[in-house]
This record gives sequence, C-alpha cells and structure tokens, in this order.
Amino acid sequence: MTPTPSLAQGHPQLSWTRYLGFSTDAKVIGIQYIVLAFFFFLIGGFLAMIIRGELLTPPADLVDRTVYNGLYTMHGTIMLFLFIFPVLNGLNNLLIPTMIGAPDMAFPRLNTAAFWLVPVFGSLLIASFFVPGGPAYSGWWSYPPVSIQNPLGNLISGQSLWLLAVALSGVSSIMGAINFVTTILRMRAPGMTLFRMPVFCWTALAAQSLQLIGLPALTGGAVMLLFDLTVGTSFYRPEGGGDPVLYQHFFWFYSHPAVYVIILPVFGIFSELFPVYSRKPLFGYVYVCLASFIIVGLGLIVWVHHMFPSGVTMWMRNLFMFTTMLIAVPTGVKVFAWLGTLWRGKIQLTTPMLFCLGGLINFVFAGITGVMLATVPIDIHVSNTYFVVGHFHYVIYGAAVMGIFAAIYHWFPKFTGRMPYEGLGKLHFVLTFIGANLNFLPMHPLGLMGMPRRVSSYDPEFAFWNVLASLGAFLLGVSIIPFLLNMISSWARGPKATHNPWNAIGLEWLLPSPPPVENFEEHVPTVISRPYGYGTGLPLVEHQDEIERQLTLQEASA
Amino acid sequence: MTTTINPELTAEHGEGHGAHANHNLTGFIIFLCSESVIFLAFFSGYAILKLSALNWLPPGVDGLEWRTPLINTAVLVSSSGTIVLAEHFKGKEKLWLFRGFWLLTMAMGSYFLYGQAVEWSGLQFGFTSGTFGGTFYLLTGFHGLHVATGIFLMGLMLVKSFLPGNYVGGEQGVQATSLFWHFVDVIWIVLFLLIYVWQG
Ligand code: HEM
Ligand SMILES: [Cu+2]
Repeated sequence: MTPTPSLAQGHPQLSWTRYLGFSTDAKVIGIQYIVLAFFFFLIGGFLAMIIRGELLTPPADLVDRTVYNGLYTMHGTIMLFLFIFPVLNGLNNLLIPTMIGAPDMAFPRLNTAAFWLVPVFGSLLIASFFVPGGPAYSGWWSYPPVSIQNPLGNLISGQSLWLLAVALSGVSSIMGAINFVTTILRMRAPGMTLFRMPVFCWTALAAQSLQLIGLPALTGGAVMLLFDLTVGTSFYRPEGGGDPVLYQHFFWFYSHPAVYVIILPVFGIFSELFPVYSRKPLFGYVYVCLASFIIVGLGLIVWVHHMFPSGVTMWMRNLFMFTTMLIAVPTGVKVFAWLGTLWRGKIQLTTPMLFCLGGLINFVFAGITGVMLATVPIDIHVSNTYFVVGHFHYVIYGAAVMGIFAAIYHWFPKFTGRMPYEGLGKLHFVLTFIGANLNFLPMHPLGLMGMPRRVSSYDPEFAFWNVLASLGAFLLGVSIIPFLLNMISSWARGPKATHNPWNAIGLEWLLPSPPPVENFEEHVPTVISRPYGYGTGLPLVEHQDEIERQLTLQEASA
Repeated sequence: MTTTINPELTAEHGEGHGAHANHNLTGFIIFLCSESVIFLAFFSGYAILKLSALNWLPPGVDGLEWRTPLINTAVLVSSSGTIVLAEHFKGKEKLWLFRGFWLLTMAMGSYFLYGQAVEWSGLQFGFTSGTFGGTFYLLTGFHGLHVATGIFLMGLMLVKSFLPGNYVGGEQGVQATSLFWHFVDVIWIVLFLLIYVWQG
C-alpha cells in the first residue's frame, strides 16, 4: 500500500487567476462568493457608518433627509442580498461537496451562472445611486404605498432598479437552492445516510428548502409591485380596489423564512465547531438534525408577527403569536444541545471557538427579545421602534455574522492551505464582540423609550444611548481591519496548513489542504459512523488510519 | 502539492461518485415545485382581492364568457394525454409515432394560445382596469408564458430527435418537458376554476 505517485503529482499548481473568470469548480466559486460578499459588506458597512454618524447628534445635520432614507434602504438591501446570502452560498459551495464527499456540485454550470448573477444585480443596485431621484428609499421591505410612488415619472428609477435587482437575486438564489438540494440528496458518500450527515448539511438542506418554498412568493408579490409602479395596475392601490397589506403578506411569507435561511446554516456552524473545540460528540445529534426541519415547518407559518400593527384581524394576531412562540422550542432544543456539548468539555478558546461562543450568547439574547416581540401587546408598543432594530441586529450581526466569521477562521486552512494568525483573529473577535454589543444593546432602551426607526433626527432625550450606539458602530467599523489584514497576509504567506490542523472529524478533513479539484475523485471513503465521534475513538470511515497515514506522508515529503 | 488517496483503499465503492451521474430530472422536479409557489401566490392574491372587493368587475363588464375558454381547456387538458402517448411510443422505440404525437401536442398547445389571444383581443377591459383586470391578465398571461415555454421546449426535443444517436440515453429532456406540460395543465385547471367558474 504505497501512495500512487502518478496520481499524486497529477495536479499542476493552479493559478490564482482562476478566481477571476467563469469557473465551474465549487471550491473556486465558493471563494468567489465570499470575496465578493465582503466587498459588498464594506459598501454596506460604509453606509452604516454614515447612518450612525448622522445619529450621533439629535438634529438631522449630516445628510439630507431623503438621502438618509436611501441610505438605510440600501444598507439593509445590500447587507441581506449582497452580503449575507452570497457569503452563506460561498460556504455552501465550499463545505457541502467536501463534507459529503462529492467531487463538485450536481450542476456545475448552473452554479457558475448563479454566482455571476450576483455581480450583475449588485452593479444594478449600486447604479441606482446615480439615477435621477437617487436610490430606492422605501426601506428594505419596500412597502407600498411608499414604494409605488414615482414622483419623477421615469421608468428607470431607484425603486424599479431595486425591484429588478431583488428579482435577479431571487433567480440566483433559486438556482443555487436547486443545486444544493440536489447535491445533498443525490451525491453523498457511500455509507453516509441522512443520519450520518454533518449538521451543517442538514441545516443547509433545511435553509435551501425554505428558499425554494418562500422565494417564489416574494417574486410573485414583487412582480405585482413592479406592475403597480411602472404600468399603473392597482394590485396594492386602495384607490383602485387594491390592498397594500397583501404585499406585506407576500413579503413576509418569504422574508420571515429568509431570517431562518440566514440563521440555520449558522446553527450548523455552531453544531460543527462546538464539538471540535470541546472535544466531545455533539449532544443530541438526531434532535439537532430534526429540529432544523421543525423550524422549517414552523418558520413558514409565523410571518404575520411582522404585521401585528398592520390591520390584521384578532384571530390572526393570536394564531401567529402562538406559532411564533412555538418556534422557540426547536430553537431551544438546539441551544441545549450546544450547552450539553460544551458541558465538561475540554474547551479550547481558539478564534473560531471564541466567535461561536460570542455568537451563541448574542443569539440567546436575541431569542429573548424575539419572544418579547412575538407577544402582541409588547409588539404593538415597540413595533417600528429601535427595539426591533436592536433585536434583529443581535441575530444577524451578533449571531449570524459572528458564526460566519467562526466558519471562515475554522475552514480557512482547509481551502487556502494556509493557517490564519491567532493574534489578529482574537483581536478581531474582541473588537467585534464589544462593538456589536455596544452598538445594538442601546437600541433596546431606545425602542422602549419610544424612538422610532428610520428617522434621521430625534428628541434630545435619546441622545445618550445613540452616542453609545454610534461609538459601537465605529468600533465595528474598525474591527474589520484586523480581519482583512489577517485574511490577506495569511493567505499570501501564512504557515502551511496540514490536512487537519484542528484535529477535527469529517470527510473534509480527510482531504489535503487545499483539496484537489475533484476532492476524492473516484475514491470516496465509505462512512461507517455518525459524525462528531470526538473522544470516542470510533473511526468515521473505512481505512481511516491508512488514509491519514498517506496524507501525513505526503505532507512530510512536500 | 495535492494528493490522491490510494485507489485500492476505496475502489470497491465505485457507486459513490455522483458528479458524473445525471441528476437533471431531480433538479427539474425541485424547480417545478418551487415554480408552483409563484402560481400559488398569484392564486391567493386573486382570491384575497376578489373576496375583499367592493366592486370586483369594472363598470360595463358583467362577467367572463366561459364557453370558448371551456373548449380551449378541453384541448389543453387532452394534450396531456397525447404527450403521454408520445412518451409511450418513444419507450417502444417507435420514433416516428413519438414525433407524430409530440407534434400533435405542440399543435394543441398552440391552439390554446391562439384561442387565448382571440379571447384577449375581444375583451372590454385592460390590464389597468382595477384589480379584476390586473389579476385576470396577470394570471392568464403568466400561465400563457408557461404554455409558450412548453411548446418551445417540445420544439427543441423534436429537433433533438433527429440528431443521430440521440434518445439512446438522452431521453431525460423528453421526460422533463412532459412533466412541465402536465404541470402547465394542472395549473390551468385551477386557474379555470378560479377565474371562469367562480364568477359569483
Ligand atoms: C426565537 C426566535 C425569534 C423570534 C421569536 C423572533 C420574533 C420577531 C418578531 C415578532 C419580529 C417583529 C417585530 C416587529 O416588526 O414589530 C421580529 C423582527 C425581526 N427579526 Fe426576529 N425573531 C426570532 C429570531 C430571528 C432570527 C433568527 C433572525 C435573523 C437571522 C431574525 C430577524 C429579524 C428581523 C430582520 C426582523 C425585523 C425586520 C424588519 O422589520 O425590518 N429574528 N422578530
Ligand atoms: Cu419573523
């Protein structure tokens, strides 16, 4: 049993220029997604800095009010459709095939097309800053009647470009979802039954199912909005018999599930990383897997909690209050599973682990404010205030973005072949954790005091908390510097990574770092046990020792 | 810099590599499920707007004529049968019979579209005539777009059937097109019930 040199030397050194063109390789596309997403993260973050700069003082003194409306609209839209979704799809591209032992995605060319739509609709959205009348200004949710106003009467307005961009984003996401679901269902390694599949793949499957069910509803609603805006139909115009609340239903039927599209993969990341860095099997693996799909089911029947003050009937309020609270149950199951995993584990406070722990703390806090918001009497009081803004930033920045950073640090060695620097990573964590809490915690008292969201000037009594929030925001702005430094310098000349620097269990760690183009090619190992066998000594695949011995030999000879 | 595991270790599990297998049909079925949600959204929008309307029909319009559309419906629905026959003959390798019934299906689909165009041109109301006009044209137009797509796909498959050696293993396109056609039919039945039958 000697390594086969002819195969081992078969791969020429790949040029970095492959990241600039139309590649069909999931690992290239994954990195393209992530890099592009962070480009938009910087743009969206820059807008946030202007917003928080404006809110540093009570009067509207930094930007014009209409500009301000455009700023928060574009901030939200860019962060969701051009940062979070693309960065998660990047992780899906890198992790799904390697975790299940597939050589690539099921439809590589569809994958390429889905990716390249992102720069297309991204440019459209950015271009809307330069059209007469400026970008869309009706908030990321684009509620009519504000969104069907077209004061300049141009066909090409900020709002119509916004709609076009969101529609293309939907097309891209559907293409991606078809690919991910097919790949997970049809291309798993021999022996990898569903209940031997890593939780990240379970959560990806759950999240992508939500995309497939929810997104078309938003698309349908958006098409009707586009017709109202451009050709004068009256689907949402009360004066023509239409109903603006109908749009809200379409929007939230997708956009509530969309928050689970974001958080489910992050649950997956937590479930992957906690076992690695506490050296224990994931507590309650089967329940964690199943909880993802219970969340999918319930997540589809809670959307009206965003519309409690929008003229919905009492029975709807009660029903959706109930379902929303129910969803805390499967979510709680997961939180308990993570705590059970950490309990008495050999905790290693590496950068990815720190980000996971910080993310978990923030998530629990956001879950509590979420259940508060689900309670109709509380929601009527704080809906449309900064309390809501605080709640969802805790989830999206505090938990999801932190989880994404954890994933990036954890799998960076695998896909670049280089180790990231721990010192810079920890600095990044400290700045992010303090920055996020300083930024978003003050929003809760502000909301309870009654400060509305989406305003550029406010009563001086709100000044104290706003100054704190702005300081936190600037800290978050700074926090990105060590991250970028770390990524660029360690990729260029970080220490070389072995195939399994964290001593993790999983098919992806039985590949060289970086993996060859087709991963295991024809030689996919047979999975013989559940994932996360930390501390049990059970092998994951047949001939595991031999595979690892060969990888180590090759690393020694390189 | 990269490496491959010794084939002897894993060679006995050749069935594990999926990328070169064909998953097009799985992907297509997932796509159709997702696509049906757009129609579901339009259908529920239609029902909600209709139920809450004070004056559903625009002034001067008193309902839709349903007899000719019923004939169109009959033609479209029976084309689901002819496409099944076409597939059946392809299975028996009777390529010319396949082509015949395939073409017949295309013709029936085109007849349906033609009938709809005639109906549209005779109507008293337009796309912007309130929510009734809006939803009517939105639903029938969006469905019509799918019919046209179906006919186009069938045309492609027909051309493909003349390429030598085709349809030995490449019949997934035919299967997918036929699924799509059944999908378009089922959607139409719901649509017909909603728009033409439920007029009260
Ligand atoms: C225990 C779980 C959760 C509960 C019970 C919950 C509940 C709620 C409720 C009731 C609202 C509506 C507040 C209002 O507009 O008046 C809301 C808003 C929001 N939530 Fe959550 N939530 C939960 C988790 C999440 C997660 C995981 C995310 C994202 C990853 C999220 C993102 C959002 C966003 C973005 C909004 C506001 C959207 C907007 O108005 O612009 N939530 N949440
Ligand atoms: Cu929600």
